[in-house]
Amino acid sequence: MISDEQVEILLSDLLELYGYDFTGYSRASIKRRIIRLYSLDKAVSFAEFRYRIKTDTFYFKRFVEQITVNVTEMFRDPGFFRTLREVVLPKLGTYPFIRIWLAGCSTGEEAYSISIILKELNLLHKSLVYATDLNPVVLEKAAQGMFAMSQMKQYSENYIASGGMNDFSSYYTANYSLAKFNEELKAKLIFSTHNLVSDRSFNEFQLILCRNVLIYFDRDLQHKVLRLFDDSLEGLGYLALGSKETLDFSPVTQNYKRIPNEKIWRKVG
Amino acid sequence: MGSCEALIIGGSAGSLDVLLKVLPALRYDLSFPIVIVVHRKYGTDSLLPELLAGKTRLHVKEVDEKERLVAGTIYIAPSDYHTLVEQDRTFSLDYSEKINYSRPAIDVTFQTAAEVYQKKLVCLLLSGSNADGVNGLKSVKSWGGVAAIQDPSTAQVAYMPEQASIHVKIDHFLAIEDMAEFINLLS
Repeated sequence: MISDEQVEILLSDLLELYGYDFTGYSRASIKRRIIRLYSLDKAVSFAEFRYRIKTDTFYFKRFVEQITVNVTEMFRDPGFFRTLREVVLPKLGTYPFIRIWLAGCSTGEEAYSISIILKELNLLHKSLVYATDLNPVVLEKAAQGMFAMSQMKQYSENYIASGGMNDFSSYYTANYSLAKFNEELKAKLIFSTHNLVSDRSFNEFQLILCRNVLIYFDRDLQHKVLRLFDDSLEGLGYLALGSKETLDFSPVTQNYKRIPNEKIWRKVG
Repeated sequence: MGSCEALIIGGSAGSLDVLLKVLPALRYDLSFPIVIVVHRKYGTDSLLPELLAGKTRLHVKEVDEKERLVAGTIYIAPSDYHTLVEQDRTFSLDYSEKINYSRPAIDVTFQTAAEVYQKKLVCLLLSGSNADGVNGLKSVKSWGGVAAIQDPSTAQVAYMPEQASIHVKIDHFLAIEDMAEFINLLS
């Protein structure tokens, strides 16, 4: 339906016309996403599909949104959030001010999860969470803080499994099919665009989370992004990756010590 | 046959028993990698690699992203990710939407591997209660690969191989006791 060569053509169009660089992405996944969109939108030919992406900025935005993976959930991997709650954040709680970067935040489910833990640890007032994504469309959704009511049972179970002890439903109000999360959880979240491929470090943090983003990058791009994180992390700060991601193959790994059994590393070098 | 460069086995409900019977009878010097994609319950961080490793002399491990596929190794698709095969014969993982209510989806691994290994790919679909794997087998056939299924009459849950046999021109219908020999002869 769409060949490998055609994928390359589309990726170089995006870079040339819009400055979005997907050339360091693993191809099998992005090709699947492109073919999915192609058939979803009933494109009549590759030429027409390509022309539309090149000339219709509205469709271009849709294209970027659809070829990147934006699936996420609250308190995914409860064990990870438990370690955040019981080990990492209490350590950072001794600082006068906590800066956190959540890179690749998608529609914001993890950002609100972190807010909830910070609030329960009584740290929210002195924290700031920069939640970034390359995609402005998902950030708009994230800023609204509204998620499908149908997900709440699962999220509540995740929350409890991660060590949460409150009534999860106290954090949102039901609004027909949507759960609207409380304003106070939003107060310390800053949603902003940032492209890990092309943008630089913009601050120094004590905790950087980037989970299930690096899996879409090839090794070279992974190394580049891990260097960016290293440049953006204070000494003794923490870096958290997804459950199938690792720092092991990166040159920066020697500066880090891993928390046993978790994909969390502390910068010691 | 001898032209197989990768074997991918997909299965769902009722497939674990088959694997436990077939793996012990496999040659230890297979000349191709095996990738196993089976559905598991959400959140069960499975002990599957360990369980299967105890049943074979072949090296068994869970797939790591960017890892190269190596002959004589059995790779298990991790739970809650899709496992894809790249043109350079490495794995990549993907946390996109479920397909056929499943993540890992058998279709994803079959389809991406079909494009890479083409005629040198053999895919085997086992017992299961949904139609995951059927579209994948279609891709395998269209790239010239070999489609095999567990003979539905021998499957604990016949639906999955049955759907495959309805929608895809299947090359081999295998009873459980014939599977190991079939795989050994691919080497």
